[in-house]
Amino acid sequence: MKSGMSAFDRPNSYIGRTVPRPNARRLAEGRGQYVDDIKLPRLAHVAFLRSPYAHARIMAIDTAAAAQSPGVIRVVTGPEMAGVCTPWVGVLSHLKGMKSAPQHPIAVDRACWQGEAVCAVVAHTRAQAEDALPLLRIEWEELPPVTDAAAAATPGCQVIHPSLGDNIAFQRELSVGEPESVFAAAEIVVEETFVIGRHTGVTLEPRSILADYNPAENQLTIYQSTQAPHMMQGIFAKHLGLPETNVRVICRDVGGAFGIKVHTYPDEVATAALAVMLRRPVKFVADRFESFVTDIHARDHAIKGRIAVTRAGEIQAFEIDDLTGIGPYSVYPRTSGIEANQVVNLVGGPYKHKSYKARARVVFQNKNVMCQYRAVGHPIACAVTEGLVDLAAKRLAMDPAEFRRKNLIADDSYPYTAPPGLVFESLSHHATVDKLLALMDYKGLRAEQARLRERGVHRGIGLASFIEVTNPSAAFYGVGGARISAQDGCTMRLDPNGTVTCAIGVTEQGQGTEAMVAQVAATAIGVPLDRIRVVTGDTEITPYGGGTWASRGAGIGGEATLQAGKSLRANILGVAGVMLQAEPGTLDIRDGKIVDAGTGTERIPLAEVGRVVYFRPDTLPKDLQPEFMVTRHYVQKDYAFVFTNGMQASWLEVDIDTGFVRLLDHWCVEDCGTLINPQLVDEQIRGGVVQGIGAALFEHCVYDAQGQLRNANLADYLVPMAGEMPDIHVGHVVTPTRSSELGAKGAGEAGTAGAPAAVMNAINDALAPFNARVAAQPATPELILKALGKA
Amino acid sequence: MDATVEITLTVNGERISRRVEPRQHLADFLRVELELTGTHVGCEHGVCGACTIRVDGQIVRGCLMFAVQADGARVETIEGLTDSGEVADLQKSFVERNALQCGYCTPAMLITAAELLKRNPHATRAQIRDFLSGNYCRCTGYHAIVDAVETVARARTGRRDGAS
Repeated sequence: MKSGMSAFDRPNSYIGRTVPRPNARRLAEGRGQYVDDIKLPRLAHVAFLRSPYAHARIMAIDTAAAAQSPGVIRVVTGPEMAGVCTPWVGVLSHLKGMKSAPQHPIAVDRACWQGEAVCAVVAHTRAQAEDALPLLRIEWEELPPVTDAAAAATPGCQVIHPSLGDNIAFQRELSVGEPESVFAAAEIVVEETFVIGRHTGVTLEPRSILADYNPAENQLTIYQSTQAPHMMQGIFAKHLGLPETNVRVICRDVGGAFGIKVHTYPDEVATAALAVMLRRPVKFVADRFESFVTDIHARDHAIKGRIAVTRAGEIQAFEIDDLTGIGPYSVYPRTSGIEANQVVNLVGGPYKHKSYKARARVVFQNKNVMCQYRAVGHPIACAVTEGLVDLAAKRLAMDPAEFRRKNLIADDSYPYTAPPGLVFESLSHHATVDKLLALMDYKGLRAEQARLRERGVHRGIGLASFIEVTNPSAAFYGVGGARISAQDGCTMRLDPNGTVTCAIGVTEQGQGTEAMVAQVAATAIGVPLDRIRVVTGDTEITPYGGGTWASRGAGIGGEATLQAGKSLRANILGVAGVMLQAEPGTLDIRDGKIVDAGTGTERIPLAEVGRVVYFRPDTLPKDLQPEFMVTRHYVQKDYAFVFTNGMQASWLEVDIDTGFVRLLDHWCVEDCGTLINPQLVDEQIRGGVVQGIGAALFEHCVYDAQGQLRNANLADYLVPMAGEMPDIHVGHVVTPTRSSELGAKGAGEAGTAGAPAAVMNAINDALAPFNARVAAQPATPELILKALGKA
Repeated sequence: MDATVEITLTVNGERISRRVEPRQHLADFLRVELELTGTHVGCEHGVCGACTIRVDGQIVRGCLMFAVQADGARVETIEGLTDSGEVADLQKSFVERNALQCGYCTPAMLITAAELLKRNPHATRAQIRDFLSGNYCRCTGYHAIVDAVETVARARTGRRDGAS
């Protein structure tokens, strides 16, 4: 921008303004297009027979009766599929020593978890395909399942994949400073074992894919509910032996993703392979049972943690020992080692301590696979850190807010290198805690809590500081060998009528990506928002990019949009300058019109520039070649991740007779840098908080010792409902990142990162008079009653 | 053997006759046979509420009713309610308040909200939360939805913002 004017204070800037999302009305009218809404000629449907056992050898499959069932087109077993589609191994080279076994789209000779696909039936309708499943005769030999993570890690345990030698998928140890001597000499050490249960994303739209193969062009077109179309393009191409350019992944409306839809799922790859085999379109939509037993699960960590503090209240060291079970395979291509790795990176993150020791072990087991779900690693690290911080404050008889203030990294000490080696560009913990405590009237609540306690009403306040990984560089996946783009691009085109079409690699799952792009583009060029059209989710149209995950949409995609918009604006002004015989620097684009920069006087509308350039170029000088389509890319290279920070607070009441928790209020103050659309940011925070509350109180994939998921339905697996959720108050501190001109950091995972810790700390605050505490999530009424000695 | 059954019903004011399999639920019938894809299927066991539609004026879960049970019935889906303008103020409020993200739960949420405001035009936030508890939303955390419905309740009953 000229004369020091930034993108944000240009006339008619949309940066920092709440405007409705352009795609929301379509969805509100039921005119969205999710994968299952798409029909193609000769469409076939696939249903999968899934292993009823957690671990079993497939001795034989008799497909004859199923193949004769009405409407059945083809029955395909694992060995046949293996001839069409190569297996994959979910490892990354920067997770040193990580190992996993080859995984096939359909089990070849052995099923390793309850729910693994073992045979595919393709029919004219889904119902016909399902009708044929019971006609498959499978001879099983049950194998003993390894389900308990601790047992799986014990030497001598049965090894799930004998070729790997043991059940350890990945292990990381870290020691920084002098943790041993600090703990040995510490004035106060408190410790706790935290258990974070398995849960899953429960996207309301189940995973779904429609694959169409055209043999004449050797072209595979995939309609998929996914967060990362280009990543999936590469995976389908590689494992089906197709040129990457012959695979097109189209992603229209996505009915919730949250990290669930950014992974390689065997049944989805099998569906693509079936389309190639049958030379026709094939659709697969998971039903809710299939979702529970095959959508990635998350968390499932048991962590022993301790903290060393001085009597004066200074945190000296943290130590953790994390054990997590990830199912029988590391998920491809992001691996199932990332969450534990993140836990190691993030524990203690907000604080000034110098010594830190950590061990994380990631083990195989015969349960559904575990992988990255919203805020991967953060809610675990935060629950452990903030749980220990509260315990230490209690031991010191210090107010938990004051104890945090004493130990949070000072706002003027950045850049700051945390013990695990991560660099924080610029965080605002103290400004955040000040704002949060004022927003919630912390002192007033403490007084109210004390008053109510005298009347036998037990309310608790829980605080949780957190840091969040956003705007990742290639350090997340690319350096480990995964073909996952850290870069994204935006292609912007001025059309003759003065409207602008933006095609971008980041994707939309409802968080408002397209609105964000439109706002940045409209601001950068100088046109009204309704002149911008945004295209996402098509590998053939958008620049190659990573998609939306790890809170990168606004930070990475937004910056690419800003740079493309500035470039297009300069090109337009160059042409307008020639047309108006004026220096381009004396002109500006405002509200869709070329104006005099100084006076704002309108010279010509953009549509007139477009008309002349496209239809009457004969009136322009011969040596002028207008470029009204530009592409700019952005990749963040300054830091491994651009960290954000925030703090949450929960206010709740525990019924000490029933163990029920009633959430009364919740606050979150966070710092995601430049706010592009405050409403969209707030709603990301609120939605994230509720997913975190779900983890803390309700959501749990309950397995028995045989590896059977006992609650694989929405009646028994509890997700938060409107009636039990509180209003959520959101505030911001704004510290733009200097790694981009836009200054935006991510906000999509902050809510989920901090909410469980805040809720757990609030429960324990409420239980404090009883010397009772809970350290396992979900903190069910049963657990709370047990802690109170009442169950 | 043809096990299909002939049904005749009114869907969004249009008279429809089809032969259906007795096992086909109403949500699938609307989506697959009539291509009314605004009705969504989230769990198919009556919990998530994403398939909520109106049958003879009552809100029902489309996955818990067979198409054959709708023979002779009057069915309304989000497409019909949008065209008639009956939920236009709710839709506008949802969009303005960003009370939808992925949009998968939204058509059903709107139909349930419309039912609430019909029964209880003066619904409080707590009553809104309670009534919408049979419709799951995984994206918004519900706060914005409650705001949007409350705004419409106030506007319809002529209450000013801020009064509660």
